[in-house]
Amino acid sequence: MAGIEVSALHKRYPDGTVAVDHVDLSIDDGELFVMLGPSGCGKTTTLRAIAGLERQTTGDIRIGDTLVNDLPPAERDIAMVFQFYALYPHLRTRDNLAFPLRAEGLPKSEVHERVAEAARLMRLDPLLDRRPRQLSGGEQQRVALARALVRRPRAFLMDEPLTNLDAELRADMRTEIKHLQGELGATMVYVTHDQVEAMSLGHRIAILNKGRVEQIGTPLEVYDRPASLFCAAFIGSPPMNLIEVEVADGKLRGQGGLVLTPPPGLPRDRRLVAGVRPEALEVTAPGAERSVPARVVSAEWLGDEIIYVVDHSGQRDVRVRMPPTVRFAADAPVGLRHTGGTPAVYDVRTEELVA
Amino acid sequence: MAVSVDEAVSAGPARGRPPAARRPGGRGRSVLEVALLTVLAVVMLFPVLWMIETSIKENRDVYAIPAEFFGFTVTMDHFKDVFVAPDGGRSALSVAFLNSVLVAGASTVLATVLGVPAAWAYSRFALKAKKDQLFFILSTRFMPPVVVVIPIFLMYRQVGLIDSKLGLILIYAAYNVPFTIWMMKGFVDEVPAEYEDAAMLDGYTRLQAFRKFTLPLLVPGIAATAVFALIFSWNEFVFAIFLTSSDSVRTAPPAIAGLIGGTTVDWGLVAAASVVFALPVLVFAYLVRRHLVAGVTLGAVRR
Repeated sequence: MAGIEVSALHKRYPDGTVAVDHVDLSIDDGELFVMLGPSGCGKTTTLRAIAGLERQTTGDIRIGDTLVNDLPPAERDIAMVFQFYALYPHLRTRDNLAFPLRAEGLPKSEVHERVAEAARLMRLDPLLDRRPRQLSGGEQQRVALARALVRRPRAFLMDEPLTNLDAELRADMRTEIKHLQGELGATMVYVTHDQVEAMSLGHRIAILNKGRVEQIGTPLEVYDRPASLFCAAFIGSPPMNLIEVEVADGKLRGQGGLVLTPPPGLPRDRRLVAGVRPEALEVTAPGAERSVPARVVSAEWLGDEIIYVVDHSGQRDVRVRMPPTVRFAADAPVGLRHTGGTPAVYDVRTEELVA
Repeated sequence: MAVSVDEAVSAGPARGRPPAARRPGGRGRSVLEVALLTVLAVVMLFPVLWMIETSIKENRDVYAIPAEFFGFTVTMDHFKDVFVAPDGGRSALSVAFLNSVLVAGASTVLATVLGVPAAWAYSRFALKAKKDQLFFILSTRFMPPVVVVIPIFLMYRQVGLIDSKLGLILIYAAYNVPFTIWMMKGFVDEVPAEYEDAAMLDGYTRLQAFRKFTLPLLVPGIAATAVFALIFSWNEFVFAIFLTSSDSVRTAPPAIAGLIGGTTVDWGLVAAASVVFALPVLVFAYLVRRHLVAGVTLGAVRR
């Protein structure tokens, strides 16, 4: 296994499209690193550049100590799992697994042994003699994973491997991939647009937008302190409430009188926005202490929680996450109160975290 | 005389008539359908039937008034005349048929060999002004051959390709390459690029990945495309009659056309030559009819 170093990656296609503007990544040996972002953010292009399937316009890629810029995919000693599995349709599971090994020219006994091992790890034994179209989506993806495993590569690249599976299977496979990664201590770069996948799988997450890295951090860091307004709006479901604030009397005051605890070191001369998670707010009875008057617009009953959407003077559609026991009728007058710690505060102009 | 692409394709669906009877809607409807289709088939096929009849009639029966549909004397003399000259050697028509086979076959192979890799490249890679390039390629088919035949005649005279089989092969290939690229691009688009990606990670070069994994999946598409190209080259008349003159080079369409125009026309020979000319394409189209329909309906259904 080896770490991966991507520096100043830039990819521009001949037709002028810039897929990756500037990406720096430093992926540790044995890390499960997730690249997260909306479609067209450059995450897949970055992954394909690491794999060698795309040649970057400028920038360097190192796998371990090797500069791989000019190496073809096969010589980079990596394995990739694709969204559409890409199992060879004319080969049985067994031969699909053996294929990359035979291409390497390994002796028969070694091939047999490795295929057996990968099949055992991914519990594929009953499926070894079937062809891809006789397998379900989940089974195909397990075969694809096994095919990546047999190579014993220095790193695994995963391109939205679970996107084509149904929700239940996706959760199972997620657990399986995480377990596998931990057991093998494998370096894994995982591309997804699904934040739940990113949060539950990643040791660290890189959030990409428009070909640039917006933030790199552990799932908790990314969740607690999004580095930009884009990240704030992208991570979390429902996402952060973005509340315009100004500093007055040592407090952060939102319009309509909502009071937040200010983080230290706030600049005074700029327009600021506070990012407040739905669970850092509370819907109270009207007139409760430190609360501002508000009105319930709608409530989403999710069973284990209720998402209230409330309006208060100066701010519309504030989302608040409440336990299912706290119930207010739609249109009811309520109070709105901040209960969390210091919020993340952003500069409106630069859209970046200031404190 | 010539078999158009449309006729060649309809050979498939016409065979598929029985399923209509199985459709819900009752026996009455299916009887009506069959009746209508029969009328249509008779109308459409009448010239073909007439051609076949004429080819096996004595010449005096050909001119009989009223025309004899049945009860004439069957003769194979016309077919013999197609292949054997009056002096016993090879007839000019048989040479023309061989030329047709050679020219159509070679130009189809050339168009396929050039067009398939081009289609693959246009499907797989981001290229500068790709859409404009593809439009330009297609635009070469906007003009009917008769519009460009004079300039091509002049150019061919300069480079010495007039009245040569190579000249015909080249011009037919040039006409078929755009078609091949466009049709094959549709087929290549349908094959996931991930097969090639996976193969490249498994140690193959891009070209090897294409040859070993994508190409086998493209065979039905290549077959359909090649048949269309073959039918075009086989039937082509305008270039053939303008660019060739000698019996040893001429292809079948101008050779058959050359039978008409003397003081007397041997209609039996014309019909027999036409039957022989139409048969290979009909048989070929019938053999690959499923691929032809696939080619025609490609992209009609969004997945």
